[in-house]
Amino acid sequence: MLEFDDIQHILLERAPALAARYEFLTFRDAPGGRKWLNTIRQTVKSVAEIRAGIDDLRWVTVAFTWNGLQALGLDEASLASFPDEFRQGMTARAEVLGDNGPNHPDHWVGGLAGPDVHAVVILFARDVDERERCRIEHEKLLACSAGVEVLSTLDLEATPPLGYAHDHFGYRDRLSQPVIEGSGEEPTPGSGAPLKPGEFILGYPDELGPAANLPQPEILSRNGSFMAYRRIEEHVGAFRDFLSSQGQNSEEQEFVAAKLMGRWRSGAPLVLAPLKDDPKLGADPQRNNDFNYKEMDPLGYAAPLGSHIRRMNPRDTAANMNRRRIIRRGATYGPALSEGVPDDGVERGLAAFVICASLIRQFEFAQNVWVNDKNFHELGNERDPFIGHQDGTLEFKIPKRPIRKTIKGLPAFTTVRGGAYFFLPGLKALGFLAGLKSR
Amino acid sequence: MENDWTKPAAVAIPKEGFFKDQEQQGRYGPIFPKTPACYGFSIIAKIIPGHEENFYEYGRNLAEGVAGTPDLLASLKLHYLRWNLFQIKGDTYFQYMGIFDTDFDKYTEDAVAIFAATGRSTVFENLEGFPKDWRTNAGAFIKFMRDHQCPSFMEYGEYPYVSADEIKKALKLKAAFSNMLDQMQ
Ligand code: HEM
Repeated sequence: MLEFDDIQHILLERAPALAARYEFLTFRDAPGGRKWLNTIRQTVKSVAEIRAGIDDLRWVTVAFTWNGLQALGLDEASLASFPDEFRQGMTARAEVLGDNGPNHPDHWVGGLAGPDVHAVVILFARDVDERERCRIEHEKLLACSAGVEVLSTLDLEATPPLGYAHDHFGYRDRLSQPVIEGSGEEPTPGSGAPLKPGEFILGYPDELGPAANLPQPEILSRNGSFMAYRRIEEHVGAFRDFLSSQGQNSEEQEFVAAKLMGRWRSGAPLVLAPLKDDPKLGADPQRNNDFNYKEMDPLGYAAPLGSHIRRMNPRDTAANMNRRRIIRRGATYGPALSEGVPDDGVERGLAAFVICASLIRQFEFAQNVWVNDKNFHELGNERDPFIGHQDGTLEFKIPKRPIRKTIKGLPAFTTVRGGAYFFLPGLKALGFLAGLKSR
Repeated sequence: MENDWTKPAAVAIPKEGFFKDQEQQGRYGPIFPKTPACYGFSIIAKIIPGHEENFYEYGRNLAEGVAGTPDLLASLKLHYLRWNLFQIKGDTYFQYMGIFDTDFDKYTEDAVAIFAATGRSTVFENLEGFPKDWRTNAGAFIKFMRDHQCPSFMEYGEYPYVSADEIKKALKLKAAFSNMLDQMQ
């Protein structure tokens, strides 16, 4: 049985929010940090509370870096029981993650590359007004929390048109997500059987067996998880220019856009709609994820082997797929760039939390192998066209009869602007941390 | 040129097993370099005295396993495995040589999963110092492998850098051509 009353809602629920705000905090002293935590934790809701509530307007999540746990006064033995990659933090793992060149932590913003990132407060709000109200509330709390400072913040809003979730490049998002056994959620057709909870929530059996190697003490890790934060700028102008260079008309350009993603911008998967977009299919959750690769598209004539969704979830073409799944929560930030307008140079993109029980086995594997291994699927000279480290020397191959099309010198459409590894405690663990005694 | 398979190539590897200027970090530590003989490793470790027979039995089991499920080891991207037992001063040592197309670091957990799935045990359990919690602790598993890795100081490839998949593709192509020629008789 999953302990819904102890699990932070973000793990199992997606809030129907149109606005969000991430606040990155630093603790100058431990008692101040714990006092702040003791107040803010009253606003952090469990899965059970969210499910019982009807008119929620805002959803709060609190999580900590390893430095943050230390700054709150957690003892050495407990700190040492956390996994190496989490202790090192995301910046130290740059090479593993492929964060090189312009993506390197040296260029990150918001103080995220430094050791002072201790906690994040994630606020999802029904709308911008509600976000503003919460921002002021938290400002008041911080004003009377000596020793807790805001390092940086990020405001996020859904990108118009608001009818459906999509990113700044215009692709429909939130179509494929793993489902956890016992969560009460039914996977949509094609999304695979529910996974053992331990793949995402600490303290439960995972796909290999009973929980092992958990951070100590048990009250701290139980019902917790890990999150990799990624703030990724999307170069919308460069992306549109690239598409224009790839086709005479919008039909040809849309085709290339679809090939890079593995889905049309409408969300329709290429495996089910290989030749022509089918917006109705894209919008239909009963059909839009109902496909595989090995049987339906082994050679990638529909969805290229290197397309984003085929890399990030190779489905039946990868071993131990169930040990590599990740949950994505996040939103777009920055103003939308209207069609036909040159890039204004304002930063816009996607800022998301990738949730998993093991950063090294799930998130880092995805980044290291699926995103950045140039030879994934024997592709030779490719990385993920959206989030791989692109330096202008790589290719993107589109299988096609009689002869494939090779796009040479793919430009970078995104830049990593920040990131961090967080531990997402359960509600009791938040109480445990707030109640730590000074050493 | 890495992909000029027509030109046999050899590299000499420094004592540490890495080229300092090209060292790359993997998830579990620095990656051993790719050479004309692809990636690979040579694990040499002392066996627990009296456990010789387990190795022979494991060899037979694995052969049966692969016969029954030919893609059993597919995720390791192997070319060849060679296993030996040999004596030094009365102690028995095990040598595990594997040649494959990806650095081991990338698919560590897949390797653990294969070992966990193919038997109740792994042949490595008969080696001195092998971590007892290897099934749930990929980090400890790969540390043992790294500690017992004996890097090559020279590797040679007659058709350098060619992957097993490329070889299989070429052979399939050859088969398809001869089939086509048959059809044209
Ligand atoms: C600007 C950056 C990114 C863009 C524009 C983007 C866009 C998309 C879109 C449009 C989809 C298809 C919708 C869906 O299947 O839910 C998708 C799927 C996915 N993305 Fe991304 N994404 C980005 C970054 C990332 C990152 C950083 C990760 C994780 C490391 C990631 C992991 C995934 C996964 C796991 C899927 C689901 C694939 C499937 O199950 O078929 N994406 N992405």
